Amino acid sequence: MQSFEEICQVLKTEFGEAIEDTVTEGCRPYAVVSVGRWGDVAKFLRNDPRMRFDLLRCISAIDLLEDDKLACVYELGALSAISATADMSLERELAVRVITDRTDPHIASVAHLWAAADWHEREAFDMMGIVFDGHPNLERILCPEDWVGYPLRKDYKFPLEYHGIPATTEHELTSPKH
Amino acid sequence: MADTIAPTTPSQVVAPTQGDVHTEEMLVNMGPQHPSTHGVLRVVLRTDGEMVLESVPHIGYLHRSAEKIGEHVAPYQYVPYTDRMDYLAGMNNNQAFALAVEKLTGLEVPERAKYIRVMFAELNRIASHLVAVGTYGLDMGAFTPFLYCFREREMLLDLFESACGARLTYSYITIGGVTDDLPDSFVDVCNEFLDYFEPKIDDYNNLLSYNHIFVRRTGNVGVISAEDAIRFGLTGPVLRGSGVKFDLRKAKPYENYDRFEFDVPVGEPGGQGDIPRGVVVGDCWSRYYVRVKEMEESVKIIRQCLRDLPEADPKEGICHKKSKTVKLPDDEVYLEIENPRGQLGFYIKGDGSAIPARVKARGPSFCNLCVLEFAGRNCLLADIPAIIGSMDVVMGEVDR
Amino acid sequence: MTQFSVPWKQATPVEYRGPARGIVALARIVYSLAAPIVSRFPGPILIGAIVVTTILVWAHWVVFGIVETIALSDVNGATRSLWDQTLTVTEIGAYLDGKSVFGTGLIKYLLWPLQIELVRDLVGLGAIFGLFNLIPVYAIWWERKVAGRIQSRMGPMRVGGWHGWAQSFADGVKLVGKEDLVPAQADAGLFRIAPYLAFVPSLLAFLCLPLGSYWVFRNVDVALIFIAAMIGVEVVGVIIAGWASNNKWSIYGAMREACQMVSYEIPMTTVLLIPIMTAGTLNMVQIGDLQSGGWHTWVAFHNPFTFIAFITYYIASLANCKRAPFDLPESESELVAGFHTEYSGFRWALFFFAEYAAMFVVSGLAVTLFLGAWHTPLPSSWAFTEDSLIKIMLNGILFSSPFWFIFKCMIFIYIQIWIRWTLPRVRIDQVLYSCVQVMFPVACVALVGHAVWMVTLDGTTISKIIQAVLALIGAGVVVSFLSVAVYGYVNGRRMVGYLAVKQLPGS
Repeated sequence: MQSFEEICQVLKTEFGEAIEDTVTEGCRPYAVVSVGRWGDVAKFLRNDPRMRFDLLRCISAIDLLEDDKLACVYELGALSAISATADMSLERELAVRVITDRTDPHIASVAHLWAAADWHEREAFDMMGIVFDGHPNLERILCPEDWVGYPLRKDYKFPLEYHGIPATTEHELTSPKH
Repeated sequence: MADTIAPTTPSQVVAPTQGDVHTEEMLVNMGPQHPSTHGVLRVVLRTDGEMVLESVPHIGYLHRSAEKIGEHVAPYQYVPYTDRMDYLAGMNNNQAFALAVEKLTGLEVPERAKYIRVMFAELNRIASHLVAVGTYGLDMGAFTPFLYCFREREMLLDLFESACGARLTYSYITIGGVTDDLPDSFVDVCNEFLDYFEPKIDDYNNLLSYNHIFVRRTGNVGVISAEDAIRFGLTGPVLRGSGVKFDLRKAKPYENYDRFEFDVPVGEPGGQGDIPRGVVVGDCWSRYYVRVKEMEESVKIIRQCLRDLPEADPKEGICHKKSKTVKLPDDEVYLEIENPRGQLGFYIKGDGSAIPARVKARGPSFCNLCVLEFAGRNCLLADIPAIIGSMDVVMGEVDR
Repeated sequence: MTQFSVPWKQATPVEYRGPARGIVALARIVYSLAAPIVSRFPGPILIGAIVVTTILVWAHWVVFGIVETIALSDVNGATRSLWDQTLTVTEIGAYLDGKSVFGTGLIKYLLWPLQIELVRDLVGLGAIFGLFNLIPVYAIWWERKVAGRIQSRMGPMRVGGWHGWAQSFADGVKLVGKEDLVPAQADAGLFRIAPYLAFVPSLLAFLCLPLGSYWVFRNVDVALIFIAAMIGVEVVGVIIAGWASNNKWSIYGAMREACQMVSYEIPMTTVLLIPIMTAGTLNMVQIGDLQSGGWHTWVAFHNPFTFIAFITYYIASLANCKRAPFDLPESESELVAGFHTEYSGFRWALFFFAEYAAMFVVSGLAVTLFLGAWHTPLPSSWAFTEDSLIKIMLNGILFSSPFWFIFKCMIFIYIQIWIRWTLPRVRIDQVLYSCVQVMFPVACVALVGHAVWMVTLDGTTISKIIQAVLALIGAGVVVSFLSVAVYGYVNGRRMVGYLAVKQLPGS
């Protein structure tokens, strides 16, 4: 099992400045990849024999409101050789954070590398409004097609009405209060 | 390894003409209210007669903003919301969220609580697979196995009720442990249930699994190869049905799964051993049968749990004392566990306060369902319920 | 801000209009009278029903015995019979007095109107309609009870008291009270008429279905063809229902029904030729009476090929009734409810009546053509001489009576129910394959084998040799049936072979 540092070392020698940061403290280390080079990095992570991350486990879109940024966290894993007899394990794991602009968020799509990314990217688009360039079918997936705004952004204001259905709580609040 | 993958949309099939007979393609809406879409899934089928050329799933009818709610409540308040995601496997969802928060905050779980958690997670796995197996029979038109499965599930729900008072949305496994210790007679009752339940699995096999019609309906239908399964990020029985022996309980043991002996069932080619002829690896039958086999393995784990269950430490109790007052550090965590449907992951990002900045759930049903567009092509209309049923999706988790 | 007002109206009590009102009132009265009695004395009522059936069997023998003897021995020497409409009440009374029949005073008045054909027809039609209604009502309740027991639950237990005996009646009342909904986009005329097109043919099939030697409304010489035609016409109603609903699932159901019909009708009608060849007639009464000599004279046991034909017929008849595993037209997990997705209330109930009545008709055909019709396994030659009423009654119970016909039909309906709650549903390509590529060749082999068997019945040496060879072949087939079944039972996990065509997608 390759450690996070070793993977980052390979990435840094390959892409240099594109690996903006590697965060190792905390309970799960992650690498920050520049949004401009993410497409190339992803292709490298997927296809290079040293990396071979064949499992895209999750894409979490996060809102970094204080930095005025949006970001996507990709959880990647590399399985050991496919086997029906021996228990397989995760050989490598890597978390990649790609930070993009908040006003015009664009990230290169990886749906052509991992088919699993298709719906995850649609969800991120639906909830955070991140546009994935090159995605085959970037539409809203959970919200209705005519929904306005991106609900998981921190500055999102709940609509007061949707097709004549009021959306207020009993205390006339438009967002839950705790 | 190929650079890019083939597009998943099938090539446009020209409507066949034969003499004067001209047939047209028809778009059929399957769902959101349909008996075999297991909830409010809507699949748009492009059909030519009985042939389905393309099926496009549409989801979101049960979206309840679970992730947005997570940004407004403290973790221990969020535990009941995780019940509502995969409502057939509430325990496992509680466990996933609790483990993620514990990893983020560094809470220690008492030893006895760990055993209880594993035990209930496995009991709930059996309950969930019982629903999957029973309703799969229902999808194939066999009504009776469904009732048998629900008879056994009812006993499991009684066990859950005796431990936590709830039958569906448990919130039993909570952050730092479990909410309550086991009732006095639980170990005996649970052993009694396992003794009763184990032979019943053979009944299901004889009634449904090895039924000629059932095998012909599900064998070699909706085949997903191992490479495709990994490419689509499938997990759980759907992945293992494709012959990939990957189970997080073995690959990356959480709780104390490394102490138990169990096997990971995978799809096997037909004609050898128990597997009937006409079955190939990765078809609907394999996915179904992996669930049946997993029930047997869960029984094994529960028996070991009941055998090794340590006494409660009076100092520690059954739950960490600070479970309701944890502060989340300015850090993030992503943790996956093996849910009955696959790998349920929680991404939690804290910001130093008691309320998370972001909670993201990676629902296994959500990720498994995305393969429907790929698997549900160029098959018969009657195969679509077979394929959807073998995915065993819970729409509450797909839409969250 | 828009205020969201709930537009619920105050709940109003349900109003029944027109015929529904009368039916509901009638049902309430009947239920309020019957429920306390039935729930209090379920045992005596069951025993009473058996006694009444026995008395009916007895009475039918008495009546027809009298009618036969009047015709044969007229006091004036001329051959006049009751059927010739020439006797007066007094004459009948005088004749009955001589026979010392109990209750002569009443019976002579009852027998007299039977001379008028219209009265006879009306009585017969009433009886058939009563039977036609009673069988589905009973079969639905029974199916629910059997399904319940198979699924380790109780089935209906509440309505009426004793094991939910009134469940079907309650369902009927509920269905009559439901809204008769015609979808806005549907072809209203066809949509309304379709249930009747399914219902009426199965009713008409009862006209020619003999329950006993004399218990047939019209003893038609081509009864078999008539019944086969009627259960074939029923399909038209289903197809029209699916088409007129203007619902894609309904159209699927209708097309599946059409597709399924053209595949099961071929083997089914092919094997129907075999009893015809054996009996040399299309008259169902004659075919039935041919099998009165004990169980070994039943057509199914005539030679091995007739047995194969019987099995083939029964499987095809499952497809005919749209019963599992061939219930594709309404396969609820695929097509919601298939051809009757859009139907509600009474029209929906008509489809169900038609289905359960058709179950009885195809079972009746199987019983009449293959399994001894209304005769018991005992040979009729053992019957008592009918010189006293008790012997006549015993003959009815032990040797032949409509009771036995209905009893055998109910066994077959039970098997249909049993299969339905046990097996999964097959796929449409598998239905076509099994009907056209498996059952049809089997039916052809049975037909040819049986034909040769019939030709070589003359007793010459060559014929005997041929018959011996045929018997060996047929017995081989039957034994292979059985051994396949046994092998499948023992090696259930490895038995599964190829049913579907390889080339078809997804198979």
